[in-house]
Amino acid sequence: MDVNQYLEIFLDETKEHLESLNTQILNLEQEPEDTDTINEIFRAAHSLKGMAGTMGYKRMQTLTHDMENVFSEIRNGTMKVNSNLIDTLFQCLDALEEYTNNIQETADEGTNDNQQLINQLNEYLNASKNGGEAPAKAPAPAAEEKNEVPEEGAAEEKWKTINVGESEQVVLEAAKSQGKNIFGISVYIQENCLLKAARAFQVYKEIEERSEVIVCNPPVQDIEDEKFDLDFSLIVIADCELDEILKSAGNVSEIEKVVGAVYEVEVSEAKEEAETTAVATQEEKKSAKTPAKTQNAPAKANEKKTAGKPVANRTVRVDIEKLDVLMNLVSELIIAKNSMVADSRGEGGSGFREHIEYLESVTTNLHESVMKVRMVPIESVVSKFPRMIRDLSKKLNKKMELYMSGEETELDRTVVDEIGDPLMHLLRNAADHGLESGELRIKRGKPEVGSIFLNAYQDGNNVVIEVKDDGNGIDVESVKNKAIERGVITADQALGMSEKDIINLLFHAGFSTAKTISDVSGRGVGLDVVKSKIESLSGEVEVKSSLEEGSTWTIRLPLTLAIIQALMVTVGGEKYAISLGSIQTIEDISPDDVKLVENREVINLRGSVIPIIRLSRELDIESSKAPDENIMVVIVKKGERYAGLVVDELIGQQEIVIKSLGKYISKCRIISGATILGDGEVALILDANALI
Amino acid sequence: MDELRVSGLDGADVKAGYDAQQYIVIKLGHEQYGIDIKFIDNIVRMQHITRVPMVADYLKGVINLRGEVIPVMSLRIKMGLPADEMTKATRIIILKLEQHGTIGIIVDEVREVVTLSPSQIERAAYDGKEDKTSFIMGIGKHENELISLLDLNAVALEK
Repeated sequence: MDVNQYLEIFLDETKEHLESLNTQILNLEQEPEDTDTINEIFRAAHSLKGMAGTMGYKRMQTLTHDMENVFSEIRNGTMKVNSNLIDTLFQCLDALEEYTNNIQETADEGTNDNQQLINQLNEYLNASKNGGEAPAKAPAPAAEEKNEVPEEGAAEEKWKTINVGESEQVVLEAAKSQGKNIFGISVYIQENCLLKAARAFQVYKEIEERSEVIVCNPPVQDIEDEKFDLDFSLIVIADCELDEILKSAGNVSEIEKVVGAVYEVEVSEAKEEAETTAVATQEEKKSAKTPAKTQNAPAKANEKKTAGKPVANRTVRVDIEKLDVLMNLVSELIIAKNSMVADSRGEGGSGFREHIEYLESVTTNLHESVMKVRMVPIESVVSKFPRMIRDLSKKLNKKMELYMSGEETELDRTVVDEIGDPLMHLLRNAADHGLESGELRIKRGKPEVGSIFLNAYQDGNNVVIEVKDDGNGIDVESVKNKAIERGVITADQALGMSEKDIINLLFHAGFSTAKTISDVSGRGVGLDVVKSKIESLSGEVEVKSSLEEGSTWTIRLPLTLAIIQALMVTVGGEKYAISLGSIQTIEDISPDDVKLVENREVINLRGSVIPIIRLSRELDIESSKAPDENIMVVIVKKGERYAGLVVDELIGQQEIVIKSLGKYISKCRIISGATILGDGEVALILDANALI
Repeated sequence: MDELRVSGLDGADVKAGYDAQQYIVIKLGHEQYGIDIKFIDNIVRMQHITRVPMVADYLKGVINLRGEVIPVMSLRIKMGLPADEMTKATRIIILKLEQHGTIGIIVDEVREVVTLSPSQIERAAYDGKEDKTSFIMGIGKHENELISLLDLNAVALEK
């Protein structure tokens, strides 16, 4: 079957299910008895298994199948949830995520069998069967378990060894839930039988008259061709009793005997699952009907960047209401257009202004709603953090709890994709450096369990995300000493620095105050990466801290990246835009004030020496100004550095829509994009950061 | 735009029609070139091109095509011909290429659409000496005229 067309849906839904499993398993650890959670987990795991099976990802299917078995035991109350089990389950989820990523990149699940995980799961299963003891030793893998079944049962009942395929399984489950009888039958033909194929066929006919044959082993074709020994086995669905079938089959001459019994659906799986089949089948039916509705977390595709071209594209799930609004606006746009067309045919003129105004309001609304369509809740990013904090808590051996709020806050899709890593850095920092060890916390009179808060909210045209901890806070003295030691600042400089300035040194590249480099953080790359990442998203990050009380990291991001405020300037007759965010001041300077220092042009502006960059030179164009005229200098700031950009004329401030130049011209470093002006002309956006 | 004449496909070619491809014939200097129609997104009139600084000389800049910013290159400069002279017939052909995305190329004139079956196309013999041959992937013969078929990926390739 060609399943490629379903690949995107599969990836989307798998990620959704994995996300939901992550969350729910965390819940499960908190409240092991909560039936809703367990049911939810079971449903998600089952859908995963089904989807992986349909798409032909066998390894993924096997792993989820065993996970499902475990969940089923938990649901039945025969297995207790403990921290080790949760750990194993999380490892399974990681493995599944790996499969998913492989599939996304190569359409293949990879070759990792994760046999170890499967064995671990089976250990838990066996342990729970043997009375809920810890699964320390005696790890009997499922394979052995399966083989035991025929040995335990009568050797004659060969139907028990029939392998039931996926599609047959579905039919059997359906029949089971409809209350029909399912029998396994084995037929033995006398050794001296002359025409065993004919006899077998007669028996088959008899059975088929009274029931529906689902599986036949060996296949019917082989029986007809006499390609079998003296026996064959069937699995059938029937309305009548078993005896009736056995009797009619036994009446055929030269048949030695016919044995049969009720067939337990899924008996071919690990034995203990048979007990739960009835419940499971119902559950399966339910989840099969509403596989998508059980989740509402938006899908987040393609988190990992790869060199190769991913198989599936990135998608945004859009609320149908937003699309309706969009549709309405488009129809209004058509109406507006039509009335203008009508006007232009007739006399016109009178209503023209009205039409323009109408058109204006429609386009403004249209713009707004399209922006809204691009917005996704940050939930898709932050939902993985509780799990991460749990892992960290174990690794660092500190007790901590993550409290999140405002997960529903929406941000532009592109921003949401990028914000994950910086947030993760900050959270790791808070967990590793921020929170004190348990003993110290008790000594300081704080609760032993540390708290980390992740709050998100909208503030005007910005979205604010706060990462807060109630830990040690930033030790300004220690930061200062470290900075001097590392040569970031001199002792003299340190004297003149405010507390805030010193804290900001943390964002300096190559700065880490952690005494030991840990696995979690402390390589000194974290914070400056965070800062540059946030700044590349046109955002800001700042930190407030008070010693022994904790620190707060605040990230401020624009709602959307697509529109910025810019200053329009001309250089040599060409129009350029400079992002207002990086502009400090604009100065009118006499050419006499331009001095040369180390052969570079600088100006002395209110006591500070600022290098100037002649844009006409950078842009390879003739300035339209004579050398003796006053020059217009736009002072821009990058981090702590300033520079003056010399332009010919200022046009003014304008809201511009950023367009990409496309990959074909991406080589031009000082241009970050383009925008389309009111007259349809294209103006380039200068990247002040690249110029400095 | 000037009317485009669809021709080709006379009786003998009908059988080969399945393999036949349509080409847009353009003029560049004194020569005729063919561009596979399946790569062509649009043909627009010459308009103001915003210069992009510090890029290769054949990249003339960017234009606004219905709200999209699209790079435009001069086919003449790329192929080593004298620089473009903008006339009323000058057009920008917008190409959609898989590897390079959307780009526009400036041509002197757009003439017609022709249908060429494989039998009418002669594969270009690769001549390593001459630079220009590398942009041509074949010669089409159509009504006693020769049309050089452009290898668009080679044209778009940066060098």
